[in-house]
Amino acid sequence: MTGAEALAAPAPPTAPRRNESSASWRLIDRLGLAFAWFLGVIFCLITAALVLYLFVQGIRYLRPSLLVTNPTAGYNESQTGGFFDPLLDTVVIAVMSMAIAIPIGIAIAVWLSEFGRPSALARVVESTIEMLAGTPSILLALFGTLLFEAPWLGFLSRTSGGVVYGRSFFAAAAMLSLLALPLVVTSVREGLQAIPSHVREASYAVGKTKSATTRRVLLPAARPAVLTGSMLGLGRVIGDTAIVVLLLGNTLTNVPSGSVPILSMLRGTGSTLTSYIFYNAPTGDGDQPGKAYAAAFVLLLMVLALNLGVDRAGRRGRDLRWSS
Amino acid sequence: MEFLTPPPVRRLAAREAGLAQPALPSANGHSNGNGNGNGFPLVPSPTFVGGRRRAAPSTIAIDRMQVDDLSVDYGSKRAVNGVSLPIRQGEVLALIGPSGCGKTTLLRSLNRLTELTRTASSEGRITLDGVDIATIEPTALRRRVTMVFQQPNPFPMSVFDNVAYVLREQASRRPKKPALRGAVEEALSRAGLLDEVRADLDHPALRLSGGQQQRLCIARALAANPEVLLLDEPCSALDPHSTQVIEDLIVKLREDVAVVIVTHNLQQAFRVADYVAFMYLGELVEYAGAPQLFSAPRQQRTKDYVSGAFG
Repeated sequence: MTGAEALAAPAPPTAPRRNESSASWRLIDRLGLAFAWFLGVIFCLITAALVLYLFVQGIRYLRPSLLVTNPTAGYNESQTGGFFDPLLDTVVIAVMSMAIAIPIGIAIAVWLSEFGRPSALARVVESTIEMLAGTPSILLALFGTLLFEAPWLGFLSRTSGGVVYGRSFFAAAAMLSLLALPLVVTSVREGLQAIPSHVREASYAVGKTKSATTRRVLLPAARPAVLTGSMLGLGRVIGDTAIVVLLLGNTLTNVPSGSVPILSMLRGTGSTLTSYIFYNAPTGDGDQPGKAYAAAFVLLLMVLALNLGVDRAGRRGRDLRWSS
Repeated sequence: MEFLTPPPVRRLAAREAGLAQPALPSANGHSNGNGNGNGFPLVPSPTFVGGRRRAAPSTIAIDRMQVDDLSVDYGSKRAVNGVSLPIRQGEVLALIGPSGCGKTTLLRSLNRLTELTRTASSEGRITLDGVDIATIEPTALRRRVTMVFQQPNPFPMSVFDNVAYVLREQASRRPKKPALRGAVEEALSRAGLLDEVRADLDHPALRLSGGQQQRLCIARALAANPEVLLLDEPCSALDPHSTQVIEDLIVKLREDVAVVIVTHNLQQAFRVADYVAFMYLGELVEYAGAPQLFSAPRQQRTKDYVSGAFG
């Protein structure tokens, strides 16, 4: 027996304990911990049940044909067609809204984070963004109906006999972008503020202007934050119903206005998956639960894909950081 | 350990006494290298700062900047109070002193970075090649007086673009990549980084090691072809090996560019600097040649600081 083996012989009989024992905790703390565990598990179960239920119902009712046919009139669910237009419109509305929200959101975030003078104006902008984030979308929708019925905005929707209809893709996308805007601004601003000040100064210290620094250094560094904010905003846009119902006209199929190919569609009315579900839910006008479940399943898949995207966007480039 | 012993004084004493001088063995039994302690005066007061000087004193000295009675305030707090000193090409000037003594503020005043702080205000005069820097457009000034920071902070782009970024905006028209290649490689090679990154020029700069990142930052600062290079504790976030590489680099650079380095590390100041300015509570307490300041400080506060009595 070598010396080393002799030393190693009286090994501890049990594996080393990694965590401290909670035996010495006060009772209330132990109860609190158990309660927190319990709540966490319950929360997961509820979410799992919801997703599972929608999956089961979705698989039960979703047929590939539903994705490529349009809603039609019929006596029962087998005759009322699918939801091609609502699906298409969901994508169109999402793209339009984000095309408005992302550039404006980035611009506001850059101004707030890098310029922000006069500070009184910056405070006003900040609280406006916060207020917008807390505004129920139905209020935005209501405001939108007033706004887009104004005669000078008549070119954005159908107009007949001097009366502006005020419901169109343009109107809905404009109001939906206001839903996404606070999320984009908040995320991008946090991304910019997370950049250590010495990185900005390093750019100034080699003779770069503030605009060059913002464009070439700060915005690329904040790209993950831009992505995260856009994904969160997109989720909000896809999931909203009130604005679509009030401002997109809520016609089950697209009703174009005018004769210019794409413009006529965007000036016309339509519906999205959410408003389709709203219409077909058991409490809605259509009352076709099977169709509602199928559409909800598709919507759920889109939202899950988005969440995955947010996760990826947030994780990307996290290893490429400076120490502060 | 080597740089802690022996005090330079001993070697010098022997040398000035005209003894044939092999390198004295240091405490750990190894030779301490070149054994040069050039220009040390024979002095009686022992200090705790010592070690190997990296380079012989420079032979050239061209006046680049002159700081004249500079005072800087942040709001009502005075950070720098009536400081005057010269900055010369061919010499490394080290600013030392305890935290909050104003050495970084003084450094940032040299390329007007203090103006980014809204509450900052300054009096006095700083000239660059005889011209008051207050009259030079800040971005133009900062291309002539560039700065490297404590934390390595390459920009979120490729190694090549980090250097090219500095060159691009300088030219009136944006030159294309092949046109910049020569200048980029020259800057990288001046910073001693080219051989290590030649194959990775298109890789993200943030993937380099900390020491490489810091040398990239130096390359970036050199790409603008500045007259003065400011270094704000450039090694304090780095490992000893990277520190040594960068210190060697600093000594090499002083021929082409005036170097000012802020450091907390007295041994480092001793190793790289030709002149040292000791600051305390915003005042310039003592400005002297490095050997003199460390071995025979004139002021009691300097003596206390370099011997570790406070700070």
